[in-house]
Amino acid sequence: MADRHLEPDSPELRARWGSFAFNAAWDTKAKAAIARYPAGRQRSAVMALLDYAQRQVGEETQTQGWLPIPVMEYVAKYLDMPIIRVVEVASFYTMYNLVPVGRFHVQVCGTTPCMLRGSDDIMAACKARGMHKGHTTDDGMWTLTEVECMGNCASAPMVQINDDNFEDLTADRLNTVLDALAKGESPKAGTQEPGRHTVEPLGGPTTLTAMVSANHDYRKEW
Amino acid sequence: MSLEDKDRIFTNVYGYQPWNLKAAQARGDWDNTKALLALGQDKIIDEMKASGLRGRGGAGFPTGLKWSFMPKESKDGRPSFLVINADESEPGSCKDREIIRHDPHKLIEGALVAGFAMRARAAYIYIRGEYIREAEVLVAAVQEAYDAGLLGKNAAKSGYDFDVFVHRGAGAYICGEETAMIESIEGKKGQPRLKPPFPAGAGLYGCPTTVNNVESIAVAPTILRRGAAWFSSFGRDNNKGTKLFQISGHVNKPCVVEEAMSIPFSELIEKHCGGIRGGRDNLLAVIPGGSSVPLVPAAEIWDAPMDFDGLRAVGSGLGTAAVIVMDKSTDIVRAISRLSHFYMHESCGQCTPCREGTGWMYRVMERLRTGDADVAEIDMLHDVTKQVEGHTICALGDAAAWPIQGLIRHFRPELERRIAENVREAAE
Amino acid sequence: MPKVTVDGIELEVPQGATVLQACELAGKEIPRFCYHERLSIAGNCRMCLVEVAPGPPKPQASCALPAAEGQVIKTDSPMVKRAREGVMEFLLINHPLDCPICDQGGECDLQDQSVAYGRGSSRFHEHKRAVTEKYMGPLIKTTMTRCIQCTRCVRFSEEIAGVDEIGALYRGENMQITTYLEKAATHELSANVIDLCPVGALTSGPYAFEARPWELKKTLSIDVSDALGSNVRLDSRGREVLRILPRVNDDVNEEWLSDKGRYQVDGLMKRRLDRPYVRRDGKLVPASWDEAFAAVASVNPGKSVAVIAGDLVDCETMFAAKALAGALGSSLLEGRQTGLSYDCSNLAAVNFNSGLAGIEDADALLIVGSHVRWEAPVLNPRLRKAAMRGAKVYVVGPHWDATYPVTNLGNDLAVLGKLPKDADEVFKSAQRPALIIGGAGLGKGALDACLALAEKYKLVRATDSGAWNGFNALHMAASRMGGLMLGYAQTGGIADLVAAKPKLVLSLGADEVDYTKFAGSTVVYIGHHGDKGAHAADVVLPGAAFTEKPGTYVNTEGRVQLADKAVFAPGDAREDWTVLRALADAMGVSVGFDSFDELRAAMAKAVPALGREGLADYGALPKGKAGASGVIDAYPIKDFYLTNPIARASETMQRCSAELLHGESFAEAAE
Ligand SMILES: Cc1cc2nc3c(=O)[nH]c(=O)nc-3n(C[C@H](O)[C@H](O)[C@H](O)COP(=O)(O)O)c2cc1C
Ligand code: SF4
Ligand code: FES
Repeated sequence: MADRHLEPDSPELRARWGSFAFNAAWDTKAKAAIARYPAGRQRSAVMALLDYAQRQVGEETQTQGWLPIPVMEYVAKYLDMPIIRVVEVASFYTMYNLVPVGRFHVQVCGTTPCMLRGSDDIMAACKARGMHKGHTTDDGMWTLTEVECMGNCASAPMVQINDDNFEDLTADRLNTVLDALAKGESPKAGTQEPGRHTVEPLGGPTTLTAMVSANHDYRKEW
Repeated sequence: MSLEDKDRIFTNVYGYQPWNLKAAQARGDWDNTKALLALGQDKIIDEMKASGLRGRGGAGFPTGLKWSFMPKESKDGRPSFLVINADESEPGSCKDREIIRHDPHKLIEGALVAGFAMRARAAYIYIRGEYIREAEVLVAAVQEAYDAGLLGKNAAKSGYDFDVFVHRGAGAYICGEETAMIESIEGKKGQPRLKPPFPAGAGLYGCPTTVNNVESIAVAPTILRRGAAWFSSFGRDNNKGTKLFQISGHVNKPCVVEEAMSIPFSELIEKHCGGIRGGRDNLLAVIPGGSSVPLVPAAEIWDAPMDFDGLRAVGSGLGTAAVIVMDKSTDIVRAISRLSHFYMHESCGQCTPCREGTGWMYRVMERLRTGDADVAEIDMLHDVTKQVEGHTICALGDAAAWPIQGLIRHFRPELERRIAENVREAAE
Repeated sequence: MPKVTVDGIELEVPQGATVLQACELAGKEIPRFCYHERLSIAGNCRMCLVEVAPGPPKPQASCALPAAEGQVIKTDSPMVKRAREGVMEFLLINHPLDCPICDQGGECDLQDQSVAYGRGSSRFHEHKRAVTEKYMGPLIKTTMTRCIQCTRCVRFSEEIAGVDEIGALYRGENMQITTYLEKAATHELSANVIDLCPVGALTSGPYAFEARPWELKKTLSIDVSDALGSNVRLDSRGREVLRILPRVNDDVNEEWLSDKGRYQVDGLMKRRLDRPYVRRDGKLVPASWDEAFAAVASVNPGKSVAVIAGDLVDCETMFAAKALAGALGSSLLEGRQTGLSYDCSNLAAVNFNSGLAGIEDADALLIVGSHVRWEAPVLNPRLRKAAMRGAKVYVVGPHWDATYPVTNLGNDLAVLGKLPKDADEVFKSAQRPALIIGGAGLGKGALDACLALAEKYKLVRATDSGAWNGFNALHMAASRMGGLMLGYAQTGGIADLVAAKPKLVLSLGADEVDYTKFAGSTVVYIGHHGDKGAHAADVVLPGAAFTEKPGTYVNTEGRVQLADKAVFAPGDAREDWTVLRALADAMGVSVGFDSFDELRAAMAKAVPALGREGLADYGALPKGKAGASGVIDAYPIKDFYLTNPIARASETMQRCSAELLHGESFAEAAE
């Protein structure tokens, strides 16, 4: 995180992003976000709006999106809040990208539960494909980040790529996923462990077995 | 006595069945919720108190008691709010995610019941930003509930108006701390507030607010349906009920499983996790409650009851019941050092001991990992953890200090060995 | 009133006091960095930890904990000592060891407290963090590696100045204080963060490396850059005032000072009149005092004399000049240089009656023709406080950014005859309604209409908490109220002087006058700067700037305050009263005093209120006359940084004007 920094303000940046505005779809969502909070509390929507702005930037650049300064200024205006407060928020939360990222943002969890189950191998597999932590590959495809615990500890190790988690990884399984993504396919998200459904013990649940095949109603047994 | 499936609350925890309203109703959710609310606020709170439920977010504060702190009427027109903590970012914890993506209606119904009991106007569910797909499910489930008249005006035909809103985080563990969460919902950096004032007096937008964990809220409707006596029939005194355990690390079959509180560690592992990788003798140590609690060596954990008091007795805590198992292949210093990195990364930076101490502790830990340190620095590091502990605005400082204290307490010889070997190498 | 025990001392503390305040009342010093009386409580530095029972078994931040009945507080227990040592060590591990080259040295809280609470040697063997510099404008010099993240600067900008321009970006150990995009701080109070910063992160740019605090002589004085009379301290070495700092006065400036009041100081050494001049063949040429006096005497004006007081002069100078004019037989005195001519027969009508502090209690406020941020920067935070407490604020006049919500009622003064319905209702239902008429309002003759509003809305009334007078005039010149009390006001204003075609015009540092109107007069300029007045003069008699003479000033609320002399005037320049006294001799008349003390005594006899420090009593408000017409199309101040001869001579103020108001770029890589 030490290398987190704002992309410097420049005439080129202004030229590219100075006229940023939500398109109709994101604007609708932005208005809905503001409506979730009491009147006069529209600042509460800043996190949502930064996310939407980042996503629209992503759509426009065919990447995972980021937050150029003029875009943050747009959000500040939209919510009638001081720009410095918007930048505070954007720089505080790690999911806001302050610099451009690639088409796929590969976020490898490196915290202890994943580490215990082999996140080193996952990281090594990424590096073997030419990715470097904190960088985007020259072809603009892959940005690699080591992230903190993603809350998938019972199906570790995992990576989050764009909006999907890939769990129970090995280097081979990861390579399969990345290859598929590179080809423009949509590999199945979630656990990559054959035979595992989600976070039940491998080989089948030790509890609630009746639920596997049917939507069992246990109330009858109360 | 082990827990039977019929007594499990989260029957769809593995998501074999759809999460949607129809399926959830078939499993018993939203079943005459109106009748639950008809019990009245006081009765609900009494029932929750009697159930013995303690907060599932880590601190274990009695849930019914917490609800009772909320004002019975608004003297100045301020509304009250319920904030549901779905920030789940503590390393090892991965239970709220399963509730949200597979059983969201338990949470949403719980929000209505709890919100009603504490006379809240609305609930905000704060879900960690990284739970992207989970948030999609949650938002869709909330919409289903609105569409079915279960939320909004005259929610579930109870005569009570209640809204549920989803607020997404964006990558900050600290927002799990309740006042940081409130700041974050207000559109600010997630920096914990000073207490007093406590949220029940002045929380979200300065209004009375209660923050509860997802699991604490999601179990409420079932407790009310089946009665406090049923819930409190599980677990030991002061440690009642059922609980979602999350077992990660070096077990044969990591998993999330609902069990009775106080289940012995060994039973939990043997029954659901296929045992320790390489057998019981290969167990080195366990972090039983998420990264914030001290580790417990193999010998002491094996028979320990997995509950608040049982783990306190072995110098640790139940936390979120996120059990991180480490076998003998583990580089134990690295395992803890990586947690120190986590706390450094997640410190909000507001108060001095945490901002400065977490980085310092991590850097010393890294040198201890490689042995590039002086033996005296072990005590110095311990001293630094003591300078952080208890001196910060929120408990993140304590959480950063305890894992290191646990390591030093139980693995000092290992630390000394590394230093000695490094010195020997250097001398050669 | 809770009773607490601090280190064994039992005492009662005021309701709402914090534990820190309780400790102070008990005479215990509590170290702190983030806590500041005038800012919200952040509780982030953790330096003020004390032991409190009952409570959890860990030390508590005393700044944030309310004092409660029966508390037993320990400030010197082993737990407290350990905690302080620990926090101190944390603060120092990443703080550079550059005290010898740090301008904060000698007045650094961190330095002082590390001596008192530090552990002696460092146990930190890692690399120290380095933070990149941040540009914050021409006044604030930054060395952000020294920042201890106390957020005082952030809170000041947001809460007091009302300008959210400083923030803390990133998080954890990477948290960094900065202005947005490192733009210059652009409000008129920006430099106060320098005083607030407890370490050497934010220091004074213009004053960088000038002096160490222990070399400086400290003199108590009054700011003359506006009419608020902010209390200041002059720090001087030898013959030079090196810096001006605010002093605490809760009634006047709290502890703030405008950037102009603080930084026009370098103008005191520039463009100074340090010898007399006499105009010969159309050119001012140096002269001796005798020659200069002879030149004035030779005009032989009889009683055809007029005196114009400048904005910066003290009462003594004005009294001496009045005495001289009187001795010559004239009472043609005026200080409103730019032509204002409002009625001064009752000074209550042109006084800031609610008091500067009192205005905070207003719950409805109408500002008529005043750009408060520029005309009285230190007052604006008080208006902001009122607004934040719920006061509705209305403005008549062109828009300016108030930093708090205001409703603009347009520029047309006709609105004073009949306020719009909602404003009317607000004023009718207000408990403490107030009005401020400023220079532009006075200039457009709105005083009568404002007085009529005062009557209509009962701006003067009794309230539960005492008498309330919400009728306020806001002046801009430090000399104004004193001048009015001394009779520097003609019915028609300066036009009366012009009409009288005086043979001799005595200009007391009057630099804003249109002297072309006095083409037939001999103009004698007594002042300190070679500005407009001197250029128009026939004889220049070098006087003393406010730092170079003792003096009495009356601020816009009628508060009589005394300033001391810090240094001697340069060269041949003299304290103004001695110049006037000598001039009297040269002109063969007697003014009735031979020493400064005699002058003061005479002045106190003539105007007793000037002999008493504190608020003057001007009696009851006169009646007004409803209705006004005209349009306020502009405010008198065109450039905040260049409103007086000292400021115009100041390189710092010139640079502020160029960079902050005219957008010239000086952003340089801060070293
Ligand atoms: C640093 C920190 C992180 C926390 N993270 C979480 C979290 O992710 N989820 C959670 O439920 N509680 C978390 N907590 C605990 C909450 O502050 C709070 O105690 C809890 O949400 C209360 O809910 P409960 O009473 O239902 O347990 C955290 C506390 C701290 C100090
Ligand atoms: S710059 Fe100074 S005042 Fe601002 S946060 Fe840093 S130490 Fe505090
Ligand atoms: S002075 Fe109390 S925490 Fe800083």
